[in-house]
Amino acid sequence: MLPQFNPAFFATQLFWLAMCFGVLYFLMARIAVPRIAEVLSERQRRIDDDLERASQLKTQTESAIQAYERALAKARAEAHAVLQRSQDEIDHLVQTRNREVAERLAGEVRAGEQRIAAAKEVALSEVKGIAAEVAETAVVRLAGLALDPSRYREVVAAVVKEHV
Amino acid sequence: MASPVHQFEIQPLIPVSVGGVDVSFSNSALFMVIAVGVSYGFLVWGMRERSLVPGRWQSMAELTYEFVANMIRDNVGKEGFRYFPFIFTLFMFVLVGNVLGMLPYSFTYTSHIAVTGALALVVFAGVTLIGFARHGLHFLRLFFPHGAPLATAPILIPIEIISYLSRPFSLSVRLFANMTVGHIMLKVLAGFVVSLGVVFGIVPLAATVGVTILEFGIAFLQAYVFTILSCIYLNDAINMH
Repeated sequence: MLPQFNPAFFATQLFWLAMCFGVLYFLMARIAVPRIAEVLSERQRRIDDDLERASQLKTQTESAIQAYERALAKARAEAHAVLQRSQDEIDHLVQTRNREVAERLAGEVRAGEQRIAAAKEVALSEVKGIAAEVAETAVVRLAGLALDPSRYREVVAAVVKEHV
Repeated sequence: MASPVHQFEIQPLIPVSVGGVDVSFSNSALFMVIAVGVSYGFLVWGMRERSLVPGRWQSMAELTYEFVANMIRDNVGKEGFRYFPFIFTLFMFVLVGNVLGMLPYSFTYTSHIAVTGALALVVFAGVTLIGFARHGLHFLRLFFPHGAPLATAPILIPIEIISYLSRPFSLSVRLFANMTVGHIMLKVLAGFVVSLGVVFGIVPLAATVGVTILEFGIAFLQAYVFTILSCIYLNDAINMH
């Protein structure tokens, strides 16, 4: 027969079972279980904290990116405005300078033309005098006629008028 | 050769008597005390560093805790955590008892019907008390589930009552029988190794090795089964199915 069914040893087993199970229950309930639970909940708390901080940092990063993009857009707009203004100034300056230079050149051209016309006038009148003298000398030498000197000048003037 | 059931013999080590009743400190009691020490050492010494990132022993202790916590969460729900220390103690006491029994020359206190029966009766009585405390007489509704036709009551109610009352028996006999049979089988197989000699003894030796591995599995499994059935009974008492 199995010793398990011997009632003589039931009392001692039950007694020590009660003692040991009771002590183990006390040790588990008061020490082991709270200690493990504490470590596990502390770990869970740390994980939750870290996750929360991560999401906070993410929000911060996103707002920083937004601020950066806003600043970038603003700077771009400002740069564009500055460029536009300088372009306008340069255009205006170029136009003014062009006008001034053109005016001055036109003035110089006019003065030059006047000088040329005057020189031409002088040259022509000298040419007329020389031509009249040449004609007079030729007439005196060839024909031996002494005509009124003003006649030669009239003839030369007429010829010049005809050809020039 | 010693009888295969000799290993189950209770041997008083220190004679103790309380009120005329013999409660001698026996080999069974010795291993219960060792089990308490091992459980406490494993869990409390393992958790001594309380690290955020656990080491090997702390991992094992936490794993054991989570294992029992999951059993309660899955089978009973949040309400069951009030009884977590008891369920946890039950699991540790049975598991360590079964595993200690696998050591040569040790004693398996869970192979005694007196021990398993007492544990099962405590669970049964506790669960029944919790059921009546929470639901009052409505707890009797457990024996006649909602939705069952009234005509089936004369058959259903006796069946449910018998099945409810047989719980402590099935719970205690399952553990006691598994432990006893496993240890007898090991002893018998090991006896064949001696009687068959060096040449043919190799066959039962190989079988002994295989059965030893199996017995370690059963040691864990039966602790798990005992605990999970307790959880299921507790669930009946708390949630009424």
